[in-house]
Amino acid sequence: MAIALPRTRVTGAAPRGVAPGLAVTYLSLIVLLPMAALAWQTQKGGWSTFVDAVTAPDAAAALKLTLAAALIVAAINAIFGTLIAWVLVRDEFHGKAVVNSLIDLPFALPTIVAGLTLLTLYGPDSPIGLNVTYTRTAVVLALLFETLPFVIRSVQPVLHELDRDMEDAAASLGARGPVIFRRIILPNLLPAVVSGMALAFARAIGEFGSVVMISGNVPFSTEVASVHIFSQVSSDYEAGAAALSVVLLAISLTVLISLSLIQRWSSKHDR
Amino acid sequence: MIARLTLRFVALGYLGALLLVPVGIIVWHTFSGGLGPVWDAITAPEAVNALKLTLEIALVAVPLNTAFGILAALILVRTNMPGKALLSALVDLPFAVSPVVIGFTLILVYGQNGWFGAWFVDHGYPVIFSTPGMVLATIFVSLPFVAREVVPVLREIGTEQEQAAATLGATPLQTFRRITLPAIRWGVVYGVVLTTARAIGEYGAVAVVSGKVIGQTQTLTLRVQQSYENFDHAGAYAAALELAVIALATLFLMNLLHPRKDG
Amino acid sequence: MNRLQATGIAAALVLVGVTATACGGSGTANGAPTKTINLVAYSTPEASYKELIPAFAKTSAGDGVEFTQSYGASGDQSKAVEAGQAADVVHFALEPDVKRLVDAGKVAGSWDEGPQQGIVADTEVVFAVRKGNPKGIRTWDDLVKPGVEVITPNPFSSGGARWNIMAAYGAEIDEGRTPDQARAYLSDLFHHVPVQDDKASASLTTFTGGKGDVLLAYEQDALAAQAAGEDLEIVYPPQTILIQTPIAVTKGAPPVAKKFVDWLFTPQAQTILAETGYRSVLPSVEAKYAAKYPDTSQTFTIEDVGGWDEVMASFFDPEHSVMQQIESSLGVSTS
Repeated sequence: MAIALPRTRVTGAAPRGVAPGLAVTYLSLIVLLPMAALAWQTQKGGWSTFVDAVTAPDAAAALKLTLAAALIVAAINAIFGTLIAWVLVRDEFHGKAVVNSLIDLPFALPTIVAGLTLLTLYGPDSPIGLNVTYTRTAVVLALLFETLPFVIRSVQPVLHELDRDMEDAAASLGARGPVIFRRIILPNLLPAVVSGMALAFARAIGEFGSVVMISGNVPFSTEVASVHIFSQVSSDYEAGAAALSVVLLAISLTVLISLSLIQRWSSKHDR
Repeated sequence: MIARLTLRFVALGYLGALLLVPVGIIVWHTFSGGLGPVWDAITAPEAVNALKLTLEIALVAVPLNTAFGILAALILVRTNMPGKALLSALVDLPFAVSPVVIGFTLILVYGQNGWFGAWFVDHGYPVIFSTPGMVLATIFVSLPFVAREVVPVLREIGTEQEQAAATLGATPLQTFRRITLPAIRWGVVYGVVLTTARAIGEYGAVAVVSGKVIGQTQTLTLRVQQSYENFDHAGAYAAALELAVIALATLFLMNLLHPRKDG
Repeated sequence: MNRLQATGIAAALVLVGVTATACGGSGTANGAPTKTINLVAYSTPEASYKELIPAFAKTSAGDGVEFTQSYGASGDQSKAVEAGQAADVVHFALEPDVKRLVDAGKVAGSWDEGPQQGIVADTEVVFAVRKGNPKGIRTWDDLVKPGVEVITPNPFSSGGARWNIMAAYGAEIDEGRTPDQARAYLSDLFHHVPVQDDKASASLTTFTGGKGDVLLAYEQDALAAQAAGEDLEIVYPPQTILIQTPIAVTKGAPPVAKKFVDWLFTPQAQTILAETGYRSVLPSVEAKYAAKYPDTSQTFTIEDVGGWDEVMASFFDPEHSVMQQIESSLGVSTS
């Protein structure tokens, strides 16, 4: 009943005992185990197979396109995501709650349905006369749709918690809107924006369902890495598929680890 | 004032073009043939089965991921465990893994020629091309949401109140229930909504490990695809609309029950 | 105690999850014990099986037999069965997908020893064009005229694409070109392909969605699209390949599965196949449907262009092959 609490670093809700072990076990079973299988499949072919598979011209082109598209998407998300989050937190208008709920729709809408609707909307029979399907623009569009919520959802809570006293103080001292934004709001938001961008980027390089429907999948032109992996799996070239998957994973992991390091750094400097 | 209106206009315009118009297209396509075919498509036995399976899978994946998500967030924010950066990255990883790769790796582990597949098949519980494999794939893709929503909130609320409670003699669980949980509940709620939505909508990974057996291992998303390719557009759009409605209903229900301060 | 409580809750959650998962699993795995046939097939015969299965149920052999049905891209389905999906009868778009299961020990090597060599239904590669054939597509050479867009899936993911490519290659050979010239034609052809979907059915929806001037399609698929009200016309090229779709019973399948497959070769079943878009493998049935399936093309088979073993290695190997080189060249000469 009476568990002696260690007096140092008492943070009431810190999980202890078997709980962390449980979490790590769960994570290992669900995430780590399949990834280990992937690594194992990759090393079976040896280093030279890996290098050959990744540097093959079509694979390299697919990777390049994927990374470029993901970067563009992350950048656009940074701007529009912050803007939308700002409007949702600081602005008042009718139907705001509805709009706020809609933000998560890209997560909820199956990627295949997203692909289907984007195809209908921007395809040869486009009701708005905008035919961009089967081009690189289409790839970016599909990714923009799928990654919309990341920056918004990561900026929103921070913006909400942000103390308005500072802004008011700055305003009373005569600072104008843009100055307040640049000097006071942006520095506080930046970690959240970067974190949202990183997630959007990581999600974008793996996206498959919507892209496969509207990109056209032509090697060297519109074929992204995940589609290339799919076609390698389909043609029984598992060594190649595993190699390219590992590269994608390594990129994602690097982005995500640097992200969590940045988060720790910024949270330490907050207080 | 003008700046504010412009901002609002740009933000809503962007959302409208990217979100609303595509969803409007689904609705429009669904009902372009009238109500009758839509009703028939939704009540067809295969469609009902697909819906049931979709919900069952979500019912398993969501509670598991919620419990894990809260725990993981607490570990990430409140402890000094070594390798925390790695843990955090691993929690986020499912965002970044291509669905195709998820399916591929699950087969490498649980397929009949995989690491443990044969053992499961021998004991009468085949994992891949059966419901458990689809559950695993769904858990995988929807894993990060709760943790991701809770972490920033935990960080924002700080530890002062928790420390105060502890000083006053509250046990860790009391502190968690009385102080931490109420403070993070919006994070949890949103995490659950997102997890549910993602679990219901997953296509790629589930497609790879489902046997696509009609009426048994066919989820709603798989049905959308199969119907569409069989020129059963009414069926495809009806199932797509069903998915969108489920997703929207979850989102709105949460808002209705607990209006967020900023929403 | 608090720690215990927390652990207990977590453990209970995991337990619930595992139990529910297990229940779901056993529910689908066991089903009816004896008279169930698990059918795993490629996408397009779904409409045919919708008619075939009820008809079989009315025969004495099929009385009380239940089916589970799974349809998808041929290669995916074959891989799924290889990796453990329950299957008693498999029906694929091309022979190498059965061969994979023979190699995996799932199908007996003698599967193709019946009177029809395991081929249950035929179809052909045809051109699907827009209503009225505005670009005047008649021959294979018309496909590579300036400004013509051809839709075909990616040969590394789609079985249908492999049939299309071998049809084009064989047609060139048939016109007296050398193998080198025929390969150059393929390269030319793929420079006219703006979209390479992952599977044949996706290409069909791309085309009916308004992209491209010509779709290289299964005749059966094109007929099904027409029947579904899609605005397309079928052009029979002067030469084309006869697509032979193989069917096989897996090892360990119940005897009724074999009876079902045998029944599929009867005139009754072959008539249903002919009604639903396939060319019958029985001459008697084929003769009856001569009007529906015109014999205008000079047809050849996969054996005439080397047989699948040879073709898979020289054309479709993902690392070193004709198509791999062509796909790689797309990046160089277009941009």
